[in-house]
Amino acid sequence: MTGVWIAVIVASVGCYALKLAGVSLPSSILERDDVQRVATLLPVAMLAGLVAVELFDSGGSLGLDLRLLAGVAAGVVALLLRQSFLVVIVVAAAVTALLRALT
Amino acid sequence: MNEESRSAIRRDAAGIAAYAAAFGASFGAVSVASGLSVWQTMVLSLVMFSGASQFALVGVIGAGGAGLAAVPTALLLGVRNAFYGVPLTRILGRRSLTGPRRLATAHLVIDETTAMAVGREGRAAQRYAFWATGVLLFLLWNAGTLAGALGGSAIGEPETLGLDAMIPAAFLALLWPRLRTTEGRWVAAGGALVATALIPLVPAGVPVLAAAPIAVVAGLLPRRDQEAAR
Repeated sequence: MTGVWIAVIVASVGCYALKLAGVSLPSSILERDDVQRVATLLPVAMLAGLVAVELFDSGGSLGLDLRLLAGVAAGVVALLLRQSFLVVIVVAAAVTALLRALT
Repeated sequence: MNEESRSAIRRDAAGIAAYAAAFGASFGAVSVASGLSVWQTMVLSLVMFSGASQFALVGVIGAGGAGLAAVPTALLLGVRNAFYGVPLTRILGRRSLTGPRRLATAHLVIDETTAMAVGREGRAAQRYAFWATGVLLFLLWNAGTLAGALGGSAIGEPETLGLDAMIPAAFLALLWPRLRTTEGRWVAAGGALVATALIPLVPAGVPVLAAAPIAVVAGLLPRRDQEAAR
């Protein structure tokens, strides 16, 4: 039991320290033009990577749940139709849930 | 920033928080089922407050891993929050990042708050999006975790409800405004491609980190077209 507590505390404090480090860079670095350009693109690249991992990672190997993909594709259609954020995520979940219930 | 865009941001933040509550509940249930106590589960949601790292930690412990063996994966998944700090520091400005306020701000630096903030036009809207999402999500994630940890098996599988499709759909929706430019599209495609290619090759957490160099390369490339246009 104590082993689990140690893991919980070490990992929690470590994760917080990582967040804190990210917002603690000195302004001399942050105000450089090249750093600002990279900073603008950083979330685009990483969040796109995150979307890819959510879609294609099945426990450390490449895999694809077509029902999940179809649901997310339906969400993209909603985006193209200029629907609101809530509509997009509800459509994605509903289509995926429906296909899972049917298959 | 007018009241209209403010309420649009609140609506989006509430949407994110709603799915966070559902995921928090499934995290609470999974965590207790993996052998953690309700208290340990709550410390994770309150202090770690980073969904991917939390699921990874309880996953390793649940699979029979010795306690400390679970730590590196959780940390690796947390490294991307450090990267998010760079654009967020610019967005939030000095006032949010001095003294004790920096400690509170840092706690809310996660995928969802970053995506919500960078998807907005204008500093005021970006800041409002960060705080609205961060505070709502923190409250509902923890409320959900507690409900799941206490309710346990009464909570259904998130997959049955299609909740897992909400994550990629939500991040796509939040990134959408940034994909209007050619550069944004190339960077997003590059990040997605690199991450996908690395899934079978490297430990969890690394594929998303490996997308970061795409942004570095694209950001440092000379941009003749745009500078000529100015």
